[in-house]
Amino acid sequence: MIRIANGQGFWGDWLEAPVRLIEQGPIDYLILDYLAEVTMSILQKQKQADPQLGYARDFPLLMARIAKRLRERNVKVIANAGGVNPVACAREVRRLAPDLRVAVVLGDDVFDRIDNFIAAGHAMKSLDTGEPLSSIRDRILSANAYIGAFPLAEALATAADVVVAGRCTDTALALAPMIQRFGWKGTDWNLLAAGTIAGHIVECGAQCTGGNCQVDWQSIPDLANIGYPIIEAEPDGTFCITKHSGTGGRVNADTVKEQLLYELGDPKNYITPDCVADFTSIRLKDSGPNRVRVSGIQGQPRTDSLKLSIAYSDGWKAIGTLVYSAPQAFEKAKAADGIVRERLRQLGLSFDEIYTEYFGINACHGPVAVPCPEPPEVQLRIGVRGQDRQAVDRFTREMIPLVLNGPPTATGFGDGRPPVREVVAYWPALAPRELIETHVEVIE
Amino acid sequence: MKIPLSKIAHARSGDKGDTSNIGVIAYQEKHYPILAREMTAARVKTFFGDLVKGKVERYELPNLGALNFLLHEALGGGGTLSLRVDAQGKTLGAALLRMEVEVGDHELRD
Repeated sequence: MIRIANGQGFWGDWLEAPVRLIEQGPIDYLILDYLAEVTMSILQKQKQADPQLGYARDFPLLMARIAKRLRERNVKVIANAGGVNPVACAREVRRLAPDLRVAVVLGDDVFDRIDNFIAAGHAMKSLDTGEPLSSIRDRILSANAYIGAFPLAEALATAADVVVAGRCTDTALALAPMIQRFGWKGTDWNLLAAGTIAGHIVECGAQCTGGNCQVDWQSIPDLANIGYPIIEAEPDGTFCITKHSGTGGRVNADTVKEQLLYELGDPKNYITPDCVADFTSIRLKDSGPNRVRVSGIQGQPRTDSLKLSIAYSDGWKAIGTLVYSAPQAFEKAKAADGIVRERLRQLGLSFDEIYTEYFGINACHGPVAVPCPEPPEVQLRIGVRGQDRQAVDRFTREMIPLVLNGPPTATGFGDGRPPVREVVAYWPALAPRELIETHVEVIE
Repeated sequence: MKIPLSKIAHARSGDKGDTSNIGVIAYQEKHYPILAREMTAARVKTFFGDLVKGKVERYELPNLGALNFLLHEALGGGGTLSLRVDAQGKTLGAALLRMEVEVGDHELRD
């Protein structure tokens, strides 16, 4: 049995979680998921500004903080912290924690190969719209292939203490040590599906251990000290989900089911680079306090394609807010919205979208929100999005004047004009698997 | 009689681009047939009204006592394009739990 713990569900997750996983009980592997779709484009911009950047900068600092413990307890780390510059990330880990042996997985970054792919006849059509990638070619900010668990397992086999990857799938982080330690083969579809589903359960960190859980949430103990998830994996593909004893939160079939359903599409065809997993084959059983046993998982052969994660620039947006108090808070906010829209119209400005929400009324649940006849206050929130940066910038100057020249009792403008932000959009596409070649480097 | 879905089920929701996914899970597996019968894709689409511009798809996971709904064109463009505060549809599961379902008395007895 091996214990695989996830200490980071996204870049920005709780900094203490990985440290506590190491210190509060036994684990063999610490996995850390840093990348969301849009993260790659942010990192690409940082790399363009400074060739030594482009990775999750929290990660080398974390490694320095826990290096001694990692060595003492022989815990291996697997992280997709490398972003668009895994080698620079690994070198920084080595600089801050010289005792750690670091291996890097390379080959996912295809930003410099996109023109070759297009020239070779690969359209890389958007899975959302069907348009070819060439239609946004000059606006691409980053392009990466999602790679699977086998290159990570290869990196673990170099006896590295730390494996740094770029854009691997979240589930690969958990599956890789199972492949490496249990000797699973590339055609062990049921086993690969089991490890993939184990990875899916823990990939969002505490979201399977009582975080964001709707089931009797007020009874979930000590969320301030919530334990992050641990997979106890067996060579036969069965596993338990648990957390360190003495930590807060809850692990039971309810919390695990909620996470299994999270960001799920067709449950019979959960496609990764490693296999196609069938979520309708999963058997769950509560098997002790904060412990769920998972078995029965079946999988199908992997597909011939890999998914590409491409980010591109798609205009500008800004969001402005003002707060109106009772009486008639909602009516005042609606009147103010009408005034802003009329002034934008008179200026001749056009946008791809203007969208208004009313916090306290309908921002979360839209047309199905519970009616609130006389709210004590309402926040007006107007967002605009468009290709013309100057138009968006002009919009940001149209909110604050309402404090003096619009409906009464406006407040909440202390932060001044809202910032104009670039819209980085996501272009999901497929490419033939054979285009992507990965390799492992040990950083000395 | 009619009861809100929240009496017999919990939910979690998230996003894939401009598609929101909502997993609806029966607290007790014996109540899964109620979900399967009452929670049709068409009713979920009607429940959300203007919020969902595209189609609603439904997938069944009887092994978990759960249904998975995909609400297409439901997040104002999704991801970074969306101007909504809940661009990832994280609160839509909680909204769906207010939907009323028709159950027989015998179905709720222990």
